[in-house]
Amino acid sequence: MSARIFGSGIKRREDPRLITGEARYTDDIKLQGALHMAVVRSPYAHARIVSIDSSAAAAMPGVRAIFTGGDIDLAGLPTAWLIPDSDLKTPEHPALARDVARYVGDGVAIVLADNRYQAQDAADAVMVDYAELPVVVDPHEAAQAGAPQLHDDVEGNIAFRWVMGDREASDAVFAAADVVVSERILQQRLLPTAMEPRAASAQYNAATGELTLWCTSQNPHIHRFIVSAVTGLPENKVRVIAPEVGGGFGSKIPCYPDEALVSWAAMKLGVPVRWAETRSENYLTTIHGRDHVQFVDMAASHDGKILGLRATVYAGMGAYLSTAAPGIPTILHGLLYVGPYTIDNVFCESIGVMTNATPTDAYRGAGRPEATFLLERMMDKVAGALDMDPVALRRQNLIPPFEDGYEVATTLIYDSGDYEAAFDKALEMAGYADFRSHQAQARQTGRYLGIGVTTYTEMCGLGPSQVAGAVGFQGGLWESATVRVTPTGKVQALIGASPHGQGSETTLAQIISAELGFPVDDIEVIHGDTTETPMGWGTYGSRTTPVTGAALAQASRKLKEKARALAAHLMEANPDDIEYADGSFSVKGSPDQAQSIQDVALMAHLAWNMPEGMDPGFEESQFYDPPNFVYPFGTHIAIVEVDPVTGSIDLQRYIAVDDCGPQINPEIVAGQIHGGVVQGVAQALCEGVIYDDSGQLLTGTMLDYCLPKADMFPNFELGETVTPSPHHPVGVKGVGETGTIASTPTVYNAVLDALSPLGIAQIDMPLTAAKVWQAIQNANGGN
Amino acid sequence: MWPQQFDYQRADSVEGALAAIGDNGKFLAGGHSLLPAMKLRLSTPDQLVDISRIDALRGISRNGSLAIGGAATHAEIAASAAVGSACPALAQACGMVGDQAVRNFGTLGGNIAHADPASDPPTVLVACGATIHIQSVDGSRSVGAQDFFVDLFETDLQDGELITGISLPDCSDCQCAYIKLPHPASRYAIVGVAVCLKMNGGICAQADVAVGGATVKAVKCAGAEAALTGSSLDEAALAAATDALSDDIGDWLTGDVAYPEAYRSAMAGVFLKRAINAAKG
Repeated sequence: MSARIFGSGIKRREDPRLITGEARYTDDIKLQGALHMAVVRSPYAHARIVSIDSSAAAAMPGVRAIFTGGDIDLAGLPTAWLIPDSDLKTPEHPALARDVARYVGDGVAIVLADNRYQAQDAADAVMVDYAELPVVVDPHEAAQAGAPQLHDDVEGNIAFRWVMGDREASDAVFAAADVVVSERILQQRLLPTAMEPRAASAQYNAATGELTLWCTSQNPHIHRFIVSAVTGLPENKVRVIAPEVGGGFGSKIPCYPDEALVSWAAMKLGVPVRWAETRSENYLTTIHGRDHVQFVDMAASHDGKILGLRATVYAGMGAYLSTAAPGIPTILHGLLYVGPYTIDNVFCESIGVMTNATPTDAYRGAGRPEATFLLERMMDKVAGALDMDPVALRRQNLIPPFEDGYEVATTLIYDSGDYEAAFDKALEMAGYADFRSHQAQARQTGRYLGIGVTTYTEMCGLGPSQVAGAVGFQGGLWESATVRVTPTGKVQALIGASPHGQGSETTLAQIISAELGFPVDDIEVIHGDTTETPMGWGTYGSRTTPVTGAALAQASRKLKEKARALAAHLMEANPDDIEYADGSFSVKGSPDQAQSIQDVALMAHLAWNMPEGMDPGFEESQFYDPPNFVYPFGTHIAIVEVDPVTGSIDLQRYIAVDDCGPQINPEIVAGQIHGGVVQGVAQALCEGVIYDDSGQLLTGTMLDYCLPKADMFPNFELGETVTPSPHHPVGVKGVGETGTIASTPTVYNAVLDALSPLGIAQIDMPLTAAKVWQAIQNANGGN
Repeated sequence: MWPQQFDYQRADSVEGALAAIGDNGKFLAGGHSLLPAMKLRLSTPDQLVDISRIDALRGISRNGSLAIGGAATHAEIAASAAVGSACPALAQACGMVGDQAVRNFGTLGGNIAHADPASDPPTVLVACGATIHIQSVDGSRSVGAQDFFVDLFETDLQDGELITGISLPDCSDCQCAYIKLPHPASRYAIVGVAVCLKMNGGICAQADVAVGGATVKAVKCAGAEAALTGSSLDEAALAAATDALSDDIGDWLTGDVAYPEAYRSAMAGVFLKRAINAAKG
């Protein structure tokens, strides 16, 4: 059993309820007598709120209450990643704007009504008199002298200035290098676009003083912590429930004003309050991702040794600092600059800039895609400058294989890696050598084929709590889990993390099954309710399998030892003579005498005949703080053809060889890679937020904001290598973000490779047909 | 997703629908233009009169010319043998609208009443010389497609008027095609080109060309047509037609940050050539 279930591509156990519509999401939960909240939102990106007249709205049918910023006595929403040594400013983020609205969508009033239609009608009738203020949306412009100022206490809009590395040493490397290449890279803003928009419902029991908040959360325990802080309720009087959550991609990590407001209104009015955003609100007010303007240089020797990488990053924070925002373009970004290469000198200055735009925060990959892109883009530029094959350049600079720890210039200690093995496998799958001759022939006939090759490693499985503390994360990063076996031998696994589409209920059950021999179908993984589940820090950063999975494996091993001792006692044998296989304990040499794990569980519950000193029951818990991050790695390759007449790009092949250690469920791993690749390719080719100069979101609907579609993609060609993590109980590494991290530069570099005969060296993402066409026109001098 | 309050009634006849519409009512056929606008509160009718089940508005027939009911769906038109034979470009265009679910509900009458400049069918209707049949309580009238489309989201349709049908000349002796460069997000046309060619012994005896998507409305392109007519559709004629096309659409060009006018104008020429190739088979 154990050999089979670990590594088996069994179907996802969560899917029947998801695909039959039986899953219950936040907005499906009906609360008797609930009022519906609608939020009056600023139509201006920056405006003083002169006055608010809600008298007409208050008289409309069904309207029970209207509140404005001055009415709300909540603490501001906290920023929970206080990066050290960066002169960090954390401007106040009130749940409703009081004097100034700072982005289109900033809440200025809430309406509570008997139904959703009445609430929205009345919200439209609240008359707000605004005085417009100057607007800045580009993070580089916002950091310049004379730019419009967002917050009085954030001088020059600079929220932080984080420096990694030694500037003088870096300058010396660049001054002495044979070759230096430079590029301004735009990491455009992206909309996370979880399938389920955000929603929140709150119920307050004045007699007990208990607040229950149902919300779309990737981390209900963090939400409880923050809601407690914002409302002033003791943490043990706040229960946060994340029911079924339909995707997050990072956008459901933060605590938002809306969640605080439904909680406050439910307490204030003594009735339940519900809210769910529309997709338009989702695009305006749910966090955006990326938004960097980067100035990057790479230094190399004439024979292709990479000597240094440095970047100045202007990271758009939007109008307020979201929950984890400062950590994204800093800790989760700069520390990845070495990538899989032997680069001895890296330097990053990351400047967090306030802009009149939706706040940004973690979006799938969170800082690491922005690092991997610039690294891989500069590798191709160095190859171009040296007239070297980009594959040869990468090979020459790869870190050699290591099994247990490799310290790089950023001070990270990679856990394990064999980069060249994955590299070779991907190149072989792609037929790289043949492609180059095919490409040369095609160019003779006016066809523009290109190939992009990315080698990457990334840090995930966040992470050791000691590191979290050292880098200013205002929480731990361990996880806890309880494996509880019922008298009839069924398993409830209670976890503090909060999966929301990843298939973790299946993967984690496979870990327990492999450890203890219970059939997967007998194991329920329970998550999402702070009262039911033990403490945990949530699902993000590709950490649930590495961290929660480790906690479950270790809790299972404790149970196994208890089972072994009890089985020995019941069979009147020495525990050292007990053999375990496939959920059965037997006495060495007497295979007829056996106790199944279910038999043992029943006897532990009955407790009729326990060994001396053994407690009854069959349940174990484990807190697990990982000793290090995990570092998955791999090589991705894309082959594209560009239509030089229209600028359209055809992605013809996509090869991904990823190493996430032993795969618990290869189908789920493939699903994660597929989804990640699709999102990352979309950043390269079509996704991108566009604001106009007045801060209006021009890509506010899916008619304008280009989500990836199935017909944009070929069948992905996946391969794997298996390099276990030395520090993990079952050797696994995270795989939730690798696709997003690797694919964007892969496809971008492929397109630029295709266009290289035309002398085109740079196009801002996304590579829309119009931009590619314009670049071709410019290169041709308009012909 | 939360429209303002409105009343709803279903009409059994065109006369009943016209009598019911009122001052701030809207006819509801497939709802695929109107309902999204209502959800965003861009359209706030106080009543909807559902015309989708009026039999008189539903049929497609071919009797000398092609007659399509105002409430015929895109899917019905795309699948219609009569349309496929008499005006295959219209079948192609209707087959490119939205996705299958949209085509199953959305109607040609509703589509042209909305007059989205990036929609596909109007371009074919303008190219192929369609006539729009309109009725109100005051009587009936007909207007050519070229005159029907006035400007961005603006038509000749007056308050209280209902599109009862669309008719097109039978051009089964033509070679026609509609192709487009779809917007990657919406799949609406960044540019759409419809051509209808009458060939006589390798010479183009008559050319009808219209462009949409790149323009604020579907535009008939007389200059391009003149350049093609009398030619063998050789490279020189195509080049001349492409040049003329930019003048034809110049006054009507539109664009946005992502797909600016210059790109759309250039692509109109590219897709004219591709449409002619598609029409020639």
